Amino acid sequence: MNDTRFIADAVARRSYGKLVAFLVSRTRDVAAAEDALSEAFASALTDWPRNGCPSNPEGWLLTVARRKTIDAARKRRRHEDLAGVLQIPEAAEEEIPDKRLALMFACAHPAIEAGIHAPLILQAVLGLDAKVIASAFLASPAAMSKRLVRAKEKIRQAGIPFAIPEREELPARLNAVLDAIYAAFAEGWSDPGGTDAVRRDLTEESLFLARLVAELLPGEAEALGLLALMLHAEARRRARRRADGEYVPLAEQDPSVWDSEMISEAEALLARAASLGAIGRYQLEGALQSAHVHRCRTGRANWAQVVQLYDALLALADSPVVAINRALALAEVEGAAAGLRAMEDIAADPRLAEYQPHWAARAELLAKTGAHEEARHAYEIAIGLERDPAVRRFLQKRQATFPAPA
Amino acid sequence: MQYMLMTYVNEAGWGNLTKAQQEQGAAAYMAYNEALTKAGVLKGSNRLGPSSAATTVRMANGKPQVLDGPYADSKEQFGGYFLIDVPDLDSAISWASRCPASGHGVVEVRPLWAMPA
Repeated sequence: MNDTRFIADAVARRSYGKLVAFLVSRTRDVAAAEDALSEAFASALTDWPRNGCPSNPEGWLLTVARRKTIDAARKRRRHEDLAGVLQIPEAAEEEIPDKRLALMFACAHPAIEAGIHAPLILQAVLGLDAKVIASAFLASPAAMSKRLVRAKEKIRQAGIPFAIPEREELPARLNAVLDAIYAAFAEGWSDPGGTDAVRRDLTEESLFLARLVAELLPGEAEALGLLALMLHAEARRRARRRADGEYVPLAEQDPSVWDSEMISEAEALLARAASLGAIGRYQLEGALQSAHVHRCRTGRANWAQVVQLYDALLALADSPVVAINRALALAEVEGAAAGLRAMEDIAADPRLAEYQPHWAARAELLAKTGAHEEARHAYEIAIGLERDPAVRRFLQKRQATFPAPA
Repeated sequence: MQYMLMTYVNEAGWGNLTKAQQEQGAAAYMAYNEALTKAGVLKGSNRLGPSSAATTVRMANGKPQVLDGPYADSKEQFGGYFLIDVPDLDSAISWASRCPASGHGVVEVRPLWAMPA
């Protein structure tokens, strides 16, 4: 009984996305495919322990899901859906074609609200629960569910195509998919301690998606770049926390704790991406990670190159976050005053008012120029904005080195 | 799949154009219509009269309430439509982006109601 459950779970993990994608490719109905598949899995859990695991579990599940989809379409009198489903052969003999990439492109279509791309991909391709997704994105489960339902309805009703976009549109459309995967990764990354199970799993899941896209589109430099970026970040996960749970910034990390295999894999991906001659945001961010790793491992400063990379990144995307990091790098080359001047240019951006790293960066630079009172104040705001208790403690410790006047 | 491409434009804009610009604008719409027809996707199209010629009707207490003016009180007004039959949304969006209205106004792309068989 346990073995069957184990196998069923393994099949679910490996095949869920492929099965959903294949069904959706015929019906355009994500919600119906999810329902049919979840019923098929439920059937498997009662049938397989009794009759043994089928030799082709995917085919078995598809056949059951197909039948359930037909029944549901008949009940809802959606006969236009039937035509697509009936095309699926009754007994799936061959390998089910992998339509997951098309599903991701559909989920990240411009006609779908951008903020729901990541949650939608996580649910449709990975089968993640709306509650889990909601908590990771700090939304209420009810609100998240509603938006997911609306997005799936939009795909079904508006005729969003289920295909890999044409060459001219591919880069832009792929960016949307990559952005969604990275957004999910960033949510997972906000718990580097790995104490929040939901968030830690999200990192694993989004890494899986990034690998999938890189595998399916090996000629797309940005897909390789994203995977490299994520691998670099993931390689340093354990080093971001000391044994006692305290936060360790990059400059103070022990490189021997980094996952060097992941780093090597990331470097190889960046090299391959570079050979494709289509530079982009994710490759640049990956290159920055590479530069940081190199500097930490060899002890040789390379801040001038880092500033150049940030310049290139800024030219692609006018992001205040990038500008902050550039200012910090610039400070390493030209001194804290120069860094502060660079920060003045972006200080007015309203998006930064609630962005902790902005205030932490200001604090660091102010401290270096000797403006201790202002540095203390900036740390105060940064501390107030930070969600992670370990990072808060780190900032408080930094702040304490500039005691308030008596 | 059938889609309605509905144009929303600032009607005052037309009067502010020079005669030459107006001729150009009209020609652009004609060319657009021609392209849609040539591609075999056009099912119908019409330009609406000005919103000043509009009247709204709604029932209130069992009696028709008739008011002068269009339904929406906005700067951009519904000006016309193109009904097209194309394979998917991307194709409809592509046509919408070629519509002259998308340059100075907005084009809404909406699928027709899917009737159960």
